[in-house]
Amino acid sequence: MTLRIANAAGFWGDWPSAPRRLLETAEVDFLTLEYLAELTLSIMASQRKKSPAAGYATDFVTVTEDIVSLLRTQPQLKIVTNAGGLNPISCARAVGKVLVQCGFGNLPIGVVFGDDLLPKMDTLTKEGCEFLHFDRGEPLGTLREKAISANAYLGAEPIAQSLEKGARIVITGRVADASLTVGPVVHQFGWDWNDWNSLAAASVAGHIIECGAQATGGYSTDWKSCQLANIGYPIAEIGGDSQLIITKPDGSGGQVTRHTVTEQLVYEIGDPAAYVTPDVIVDFTTVELAALAENRVAVRGSTGREAPESYKVSLAYADGFTASGQLLVFGNDCVVKAKVVASLIEERLNQDGIELARMHTELLGGGDGLPGMRPPPDGLREVMLRIAAYDPRRDAVAAFARQFAPLITNGPAGLAGYAQGRPSVRPVYSYWPTTVPKELVFPEVRVLDADHWANTTENN
Amino acid sequence: MHQKTIALGELATARSGDKGNHANVAVVAWRQAGYQFLEEVLTADRVAEFFQGLGSSHVDRFELPKLGSLNFLLYDALGGGASQSLRIDTQGKLLGTALLDLELPVPDNVTEMLRGTA
Repeated sequence: MTLRIANAAGFWGDWPSAPRRLLETAEVDFLTLEYLAELTLSIMASQRKKSPAAGYATDFVTVTEDIVSLLRTQPQLKIVTNAGGLNPISCARAVGKVLVQCGFGNLPIGVVFGDDLLPKMDTLTKEGCEFLHFDRGEPLGTLREKAISANAYLGAEPIAQSLEKGARIVITGRVADASLTVGPVVHQFGWDWNDWNSLAAASVAGHIIECGAQATGGYSTDWKSCQLANIGYPIAEIGGDSQLIITKPDGSGGQVTRHTVTEQLVYEIGDPAAYVTPDVIVDFTTVELAALAENRVAVRGSTGREAPESYKVSLAYADGFTASGQLLVFGNDCVVKAKVVASLIEERLNQDGIELARMHTELLGGGDGLPGMRPPPDGLREVMLRIAAYDPRRDAVAAFARQFAPLITNGPAGLAGYAQGRPSVRPVYSYWPTTVPKELVFPEVRVLDADHWANTTENN
Repeated sequence: MHQKTIALGELATARSGDKGNHANVAVVAWRQAGYQFLEEVLTADRVAEFFQGLGSSHVDRFELPKLGSLNFLLYDALGGGASQSLRIDTQGKLLGTALLDLELPVPDNVTEMLRGTA
């Protein structure tokens, strides 16, 4: 038996019609939807502060509305997603309501939680957790007071348990991205949780498809080689013997090649011989690819070893404010003029006694997309001036944001782009990667009908 | 007239990503001969020099010969990373495209390294 697992969302903000398009053009056993980048939980934390029922990926509710008819035409289809974010119960309630309205009141939804460590920071600290920074080794210390989110990357086991309890839709909070795939695979084939090579193959499948179209021709330097308008999202075909093939829906755009798959395999990894997940440590250097047919690539030779005894933790803490503004600077002297405009903004702030902690100026079109690589070419007729600022004080950044509009009448001529309005001041949430011992974290699984979730009054 | 150098983009594709304040750039050679050549000449030092404007503290290189790929890890290259960087490219999305402009000396068997119909 071969399990077909697709991914149709690589992040919150991915192509809204991708899930429906995939399910209309391919039959799959599982659809995974990945919504949580490093920083997403900190955005969700500030949403939840304003409203206790908020803090999950609302896109998933829209997706559910969009694909509900396909739940009927594909009775084998199950969905696994981390759309729960910081509030998986609230997400299950919203999704439950949609399902009830569409006649799916008794569809079982499984919720996985226990990843949220923020309410337990004091307890964990008393038990000796120092939350050492992953790279720098420093303890979290007093930054603990500024933490707005702290989530353990849970693994595949609670997802497999949800499926064992009959869930057709599994909603989690923070889990390792690859685990969204590993859970269904282990559930299907009944592998042992210490069958490291098999878990490695499943994790490799998960890592390849977790960023959606990045495996199927998206984000490619070879972008001219395929049609992108109707790009197909990836499907992993996995056999009980760990055989793995990557493909995409027939007739869709994009391409699946040795290059698209290799680039995604090596994406956002450090040492390829030690790719750490909560389920297994994978060695990508033993992996080989073979193009079996057009848009069908076999992935062989995955090996793995015992998973670590700690979960990775994504922690974010409130750390000042930022804003950025852009103006088009036009004219033969645009480079000189852009630098003058930047210095006007800084000087006017200084005259008001404001010195920002950090300011960064870029001439876009002049080569500053990557700083320090090239000087602006001669003969530029226009350039986009972009200035970004950071300061611990909100009012200092707000003062910076108010310096752009006045330039219409008291700056040089040849500037455009004011219609975008005043730059908005955003809070900064800095990222503190750390770990927590697995024995101090308690994943929980709850499977109930959509009807029950729709009527729950709990918030997570 | 002999070409003195060849752009990396003739020999490989590339993709960059971020992990906190670090960037990784994966280079994937079109052909086996190209991978062997790049393993020799596309060193961590060469990549570090190419990207020196970014202020990276150091660069490590990892080899995946079975995939014809080299993975470069550029530490502290992103001006603070996605959460803190003031740059337009907080996540280093441009690094992969940029690296393909790197000029390398032309090897004798360069025709075995080009994309072709392999």
